[in-house]
Amino acid sequence: MALSEQEVLAGLAELIHDETGLPQDQVALDKSFTDDLDIDSLSMMTVVVNAEERFGVKIPDDSVKDLKTVRDAVDFIVKQG
Amino acid sequence: MSVSQTGPQNGFEIKLAPTPRGSRLVSLGAYRPRRVVDNTEICTFIESSDEWIQQRSGIAERRWAADDETLVGMAEAASRQALAGAGLTGEDIDLVLLATMTSFSTTPTAANLLQAALGTRGGAVELNSACAGFTYALALADQAIRAGNARNVLVVGAERITDIMNFSDRTTMFLFGDGAGAVVVSAADEPGIGPVAWGSWGEQSEALGVLPLLSDVARGLATERPLLFQKGQSVFRWAVTEMPKTAAKALELAGLKAEQLAAFVPHQANIRIIDAMTKYMKLPEHVVVADDLRHTGNTSAASVPLAMEQVLSSGRATPGDLALLVGFGGGLSHAAQVVTLPTLGPAGASRLPDPAPLAS
Repeated sequence: MALSEQEVLAGLAELIHDETGLPQDQVALDKSFTDDLDIDSLSMMTVVVNAEERFGVKIPDDSVKDLKTVRDAVDFIVKQG
Repeated sequence: MSVSQTGPQNGFEIKLAPTPRGSRLVSLGAYRPRRVVDNTEICTFIESSDEWIQQRSGIAERRWAADDETLVGMAEAASRQALAGAGLTGEDIDLVLLATMTSFSTTPTAANLLQAALGTRGGAVELNSACAGFTYALALADQAIRAGNARNVLVVGAERITDIMNFSDRTTMFLFGDGAGAVVVSAADEPGIGPVAWGSWGEQSEALGVLPLLSDVARGLATERPLLFQKGQSVFRWAVTEMPKTAAKALELAGLKAEQLAAFVPHQANIRIIDAMTKYMKLPEHVVVADDLRHTGNTSAASVPLAMEQVLSSGRATPGDLALLVGFGGGLSHAAQVVTLPTLGPAGASRLPDPAPLAS
């Protein structure tokens, strides 16, 4: 079943909260992972690993560096989901 | 049809040595270089901060070897402590297994030199499986003993990572340290080393390595010295997704549950990897998790024995306790097994060899 943008955003917000403790309502589409949410490279990888399992998608290492904003990640997952 | 080339029907029979039921870690030795390098000093090499380094790695300080703290010298110091703790001398050792990725002599190997320094008369071989080297060597020691080929094996992990460290790479140079750890493994009626869960992931060889290749230097295709590089995110992903499975397999092979463990001693790569592993493994809270890297950094093949030494010397675990060892890293490769922890050899026995006398 196709994933909706809202579902993926809510799921990512939960995964980011689990990893960093950041309040889920701060995870908005226009936020940059590094500049706004202060997520470092290893936390980003943890979120990616957990997102793969949660959404049943594959996010290769080479694609991770292109996921600069929450929207980039949501779009990537929705496209595959 | 089964093929049998040997056997009494052919007029000869290959006799096998009597075999003990198992093997165990008897005694442990460690050598930590004298020079302590804190994160403030690291920031004289790279643009960084103590807070950033600790947050990214958990490492507050590490040890760097001086010129006289050679690979073989550090290995010898750790070995002498392990031998003293086991009440053995070099003559009692049937096999020396030295795991390292920083030996620059293709032959003789550092294992030959260590064997000569200790005066052992059995076999000696160097093996390299990067950060998984010690746990690989431990598995091979167990197998050599259970095959009847050795009674006592000296298993050593020793590294001078600073010899291959890129001092201007701000993503890796704060991670690494030097040192050596050694264990005497002996035949035992009750097995103290479980079956190994090992694997190689050469498909991901580009995640971590040393370049340029010495073969390229030899052919004149490169002139710079070989240095370590690492794609941290790739190694991190592999470690946190695959190593919990490896750990579970080592437990399963030994017929044990995580609840029965007293200690978890993973390769000391990065506290973030260790934290993620323990979380994914759902390790019970009573299990002591080794975090020697806070004061030692990542010492590659030396990290597992040094981390065992740390949990024992700090009193967080005691000899005979059940521990799960997981070595993993460059290759990529891994090896894990359950062991009973050894005793610590007398600390005073871990001494560098005297400098060679000047030729007259």
